[in-house]
Amino acid sequence: MTGRGRRLPVDYDGLHRKYPGYMRGSRFARLSALLVFVALFGLLIFALGRFEFSFARIAYGMQRLGEFARLMFPPNPGTQLHLYLKGMGETLAMAFLGTLIAAALAFPIGLAAARNVLPNFLAHFLIRRGMDTVRSVDTLIWALIWINVVGLGPFAGVLAIASTDVGALAKLFSETIENVDRKAEDGVIACGGGVLARIRFGLLPEALPVMASQILYFIESNTRSATIVGIVGAGGIGLYITESIRTLDWDKAAFIIILILITVAAIDFISSRLRLAIIGTRAAPL
Amino acid sequence: MQRLRSSYERSVAVRRRQGTLGLFVLIALIAAAGYAGEVSLSKLWAHIGNFTGYFSRIVPELAFQTFATDLDEWMWNIGRWVQLIFDTVLIAYCGTILGFIGGFSLCFFATSNLMPSRAVRFSARRLLEFLRSVPDLVFALIFVYAFRLGPIPGVLAIALHSTGALGKLFTEAAENIDMQPVEGSRACGGGWLQTIRFAVLPQVLPTFASYTLLRFEINVRGSSVIGFVGAGGIGQDYLEAIRQFHYSDVSAILVLIVITVFIIDIATERLRHSLIGFETP
Repeated sequence: MTGRGRRLPVDYDGLHRKYPGYMRGSRFARLSALLVFVALFGLLIFALGRFEFSFARIAYGMQRLGEFARLMFPPNPGTQLHLYLKGMGETLAMAFLGTLIAAALAFPIGLAAARNVLPNFLAHFLIRRGMDTVRSVDTLIWALIWINVVGLGPFAGVLAIASTDVGALAKLFSETIENVDRKAEDGVIACGGGVLARIRFGLLPEALPVMASQILYFIESNTRSATIVGIVGAGGIGLYITESIRTLDWDKAAFIIILILITVAAIDFISSRLRLAIIGTRAAPL
Repeated sequence: MQRLRSSYERSVAVRRRQGTLGLFVLIALIAAAGYAGEVSLSKLWAHIGNFTGYFSRIVPELAFQTFATDLDEWMWNIGRWVQLIFDTVLIAYCGTILGFIGGFSLCFFATSNLMPSRAVRFSARRLLEFLRSVPDLVFALIFVYAFRLGPIPGVLAIALHSTGALGKLFTEAAENIDMQPVEGSRACGGGWLQTIRFAVLPQVLPTFASYTLLRFEINVRGSSVIGFVGAGGIGQDYLEAIRQFHYSDVSAILVLIVITVFIIDIATERLRHSLIGFETP
């Protein structure tokens, strides 16, 4: 390690001539990279200016945050521990049921949207775009819509999570089914299998484990979204976190945040274990 | 042949038993969750009319003969809404860029192959986990009190949450690199920063960029509702329209949001595909 920083006697010019592509990029490439960089940062600065960003405001905010943080310790649920635990239970139930309902609905839709099951361009296009529309509406907006139907409470949250995820899961399912190896299906066709046999024995054995792991992944990420649908009144812990922050009960807020952290970590752990068992690799299904 | 058959049947029986057991556990879980989630199918059935009714109420009255004026009436506040949606996208953009900077600067400290110190690795991972697990809306709720109402708390909330989410993905990408260039750089006497710059970055940058674009998509959706707690963007106007039953406004804003998300999705998908093509020439 004594020679660190000392240059070795190397014929740099010769190397440059020999491998022009591996040395400095062309002037054009460097210039365009610089331009992209400047454009990205220019937009950032423009936006921050539009939002009346100022360091004085940030400093003021940081000071207030410091005060809040002091008030957060020690975290303390007060007399409402049972309410918070019930809220957390509701949150978990909403994530679990919402994802399962979404998966049950997305399964037939995903099959219909897969090109190797239903080779119809129009159907493929319509279903995909329709699912994209459903997906592009945020869970909280769906929650507001469902509250109009079934009233306040966790049931609206279940339906909201299910609505958003039908779109996302149907798209993922159809892509999974399209990526299945064709050989098993060819074998079933060669044996004289009909459409249903083709799906059941040719596609599903390979696609189901991947789908199951995708469902688990969604339960995991929905635990996070189920913590916040309560902000608009759709049940779960979100109601209590909003309440405690609005009334500036920072010790309660800190307690709820810690409760959320622990729950999310536990669900992550369980679901990554289950995913590992189902699929056998660490690869995250994205 | 007989042995083969009996062993096949045995293994099938084991799988069947496991499957049935799994099914029972699943049903029990669903029942428990249904109880906790106050699921009531009768309520859903009784009020499902409200769902379709709600949609038919928010659908604007657009007649073919008077299409132009109807459209004009429906989108009466379009100037303000478009500006708010522009703000929404900008909030997502700033949050994503700042989150990229945060995740990028933290991720290398959390990798098992590039960070030799266990203590640093542990604390970097816990920090990313914390940032990722707290939803951006909760950050926004707190920041609204610290930084006052407006888009700035929204930007900061999305930036913090994105730092956690991107940091985790970046860490995984950096852990899966080919280690040979790293060894080469170290053998040439390169320091930690030089190794990152010349041996790691060229391998991970396309992946990082693609994850960041995906995050931007997610953040656009997130920033559309961050106004619910007063942190800027279209959310506040939308919530007001819903709460005060301005039905045609609800549909107008919803349509604008969906269109925006669509455009952003398609644009980032294009960009990501060209990035992937760039990655494997």
